Amino acid sequence: MSDITVIPGRSAGTPAAADRRERRGRRPRKAFDTQFRTAVSPHQLNTTRGRIIYWIVLVIVVVSFTAAFVFPLYWMVTGAMKSTEELNSIPPTFLPSHFSLDGYLQAWDLLGLGTLLGNTALYAGGAWLLTLAVDVSAAYALSKLRPVLGKVVLGLMLSTLMIPPMVIMLPAYLTVKDVPFFHWNLLNTPWAIWLPAAANGFNVFLLKRFFDSIPRELLEAAEIDGASPGRILWSVVIPISRPILGVVSILTVVNVWRDFVWPLLVLPDSDKMSVSIGIASLSSQMPQNVLVASLVIASLPTIIVFFLFQRHIMAGLTAGSLKG
Amino acid sequence: MTTASIPATGGRRRQPTKLRRAVRRNITAYGFLCGALICFAFFSWYPMVREIILSFQKTNFVDPPKWVGLENFRTVINDPAFGPAWVNTALFTLLALLCGYGIPFVTAIVLNELRHARAYLRFVVYLPVMLPPAVSVLLFQWFYNPDYGLFNEILSLFHLPGLQWLNSTSTALISLVIVSTWMNMGSGTLIYLAALQTIPSELYEAAELDGAGLFKRIWHVTIPQTKLILLVMLLLQIVATMQVFIEPYLLTGGGPENATVSVVYLMYQYAFNFGNLNAGNALGLMLMIVLMVFSAIYLRVSRDNTV
Repeated sequence: MSDITVIPGRSAGTPAAADRRERRGRRPRKAFDTQFRTAVSPHQLNTTRGRIIYWIVLVIVVVSFTAAFVFPLYWMVTGAMKSTEELNSIPPTFLPSHFSLDGYLQAWDLLGLGTLLGNTALYAGGAWLLTLAVDVSAAYALSKLRPVLGKVVLGLMLSTLMIPPMVIMLPAYLTVKDVPFFHWNLLNTPWAIWLPAAANGFNVFLLKRFFDSIPRELLEAAEIDGASPGRILWSVVIPISRPILGVVSILTVVNVWRDFVWPLLVLPDSDKMSVSIGIASLSSQMPQNVLVASLVIASLPTIIVFFLFQRHIMAGLTAGSLKG
Repeated sequence: MTTASIPATGGRRRQPTKLRRAVRRNITAYGFLCGALICFAFFSWYPMVREIILSFQKTNFVDPPKWVGLENFRTVINDPAFGPAWVNTALFTLLALLCGYGIPFVTAIVLNELRHARAYLRFVVYLPVMLPPAVSVLLFQWFYNPDYGLFNEILSLFHLPGLQWLNSTSTALISLVIVSTWMNMGSGTLIYLAALQTIPSELYEAAELDGAGLFKRIWHVTIPQTKLILLVMLLLQIVATMQVFIEPYLLTGGGPENATVSVVYLMYQYAFNFGNLNAGNALGLMLMIVLMVFSAIYLRVSRDNTV
């Protein structure tokens, strides 16, 4: 391990050598951005050899990523336009023989996608509102009002992150079927999605961490002006917390939209199903092109959300990686 | 703190108002908390406790529940699918780690070096993560079709024999791993990429001055600097993939010949197909104990190294 493997043409050499290489390597062409230094030396990158290797790697990466992640989606979108005979033909056709949206229209009618998408929108929208209301006020109380036992409550909420959701799915299902004390049966009602969605320890964690960073003086100033805690939350805390509210909103909506197991258990009625469950339950009875068309339609909303809110989604992702 | 400087008489007069203010603050605080407390209590905390209770009971929701000791555990352990379920889950997790752990890290290292098309590549790698999992899984079901699926058509382009994919005991599990990797690797890649961008450039420069080549620099700088996030992601991924359900549920139904039955899938079957909810709970409790070990390690790691 101690001996140094010298890769020909890639070894860094002494500073003087690097310096010389830099002077020699610099072409009138635009040099690569060296602002962010990474594992590959910027000096090597700016040599002719470095440039050639760089462009080869770039092309390979772009082509393979496109093949792995975009091509399946292309195949899906065009597959829905092909007839059953065309789908079965060997070799496959790269472009559909004629452009038609019949597959999509059939999927919309046969699977009742209008109802399914409406249901899912209702579940996602309600979960969004309830989650924001419940988790924001909880995080505000824990962060700024600091009640007795607040630490314990926070600890209990965060402890739910350690419990694998699949493991408690059966007892949670029983709770929804017969809510203790109230004896309500929430199966096939939107509440079966909304209430459990609000019990999200990760959202409370994200929001509390953000609220903790709001300077006390700001809130105290509002308090001296006579604002009640509710008023402070509404007029001071929420307006400054837009970024984190955006992250939490998108995470909530996307999670409800993508969820499979929970709606499978608690929404068994075919006219109450979410779009994923509806398609999955009818998948075996549909012709292949109709099924594929329905897959395209079901994924459009999340793809559009991704296009619009890419930055928020990625921010939420990296915030998630540092939790704990 | 401030009370110390206030004269004793004033302090006595102020004491009750302070207490009243504290009480009022607490009442307001719990008013704000009550919604969350109700949701957590009913849908998180109570199910956690009930999971344990139900495992040791026999309930049919008509008569009062009966305590039966370890009978539920005996039922599941004697199930012929019990062994395969655990072996498959472990194997699935292992294979998913081999693909889904190494590939995103290597991808992130390569992406971090590229100066062009970064936004496109990041977008594209995360695209499958945004699709509803049911969509990805059903899409791959079509690709796996032995007669007209995309994969066999690609194989035939290269004059290779087609595979049975989901229909054969030897390829069914790996087929599930491929779907799972495809739809999940985006998040890992982007998290690693974010971690790589925090590595100070001085470290690479210093390593370069010491004469370390590219691979040495990755080995001695990149990996130690991202060690924590690598460990955290490893544990999170183990916990996530051991709960595999949707892939066997939609693609294979646990078949062929129990080759893809997973623990959670068996649990689901006990509850909703075999009508033995308590046995399902017992199985869930076993899985919970296994996963809690990984969660505990995760907690220790992230607490000892607060980022």
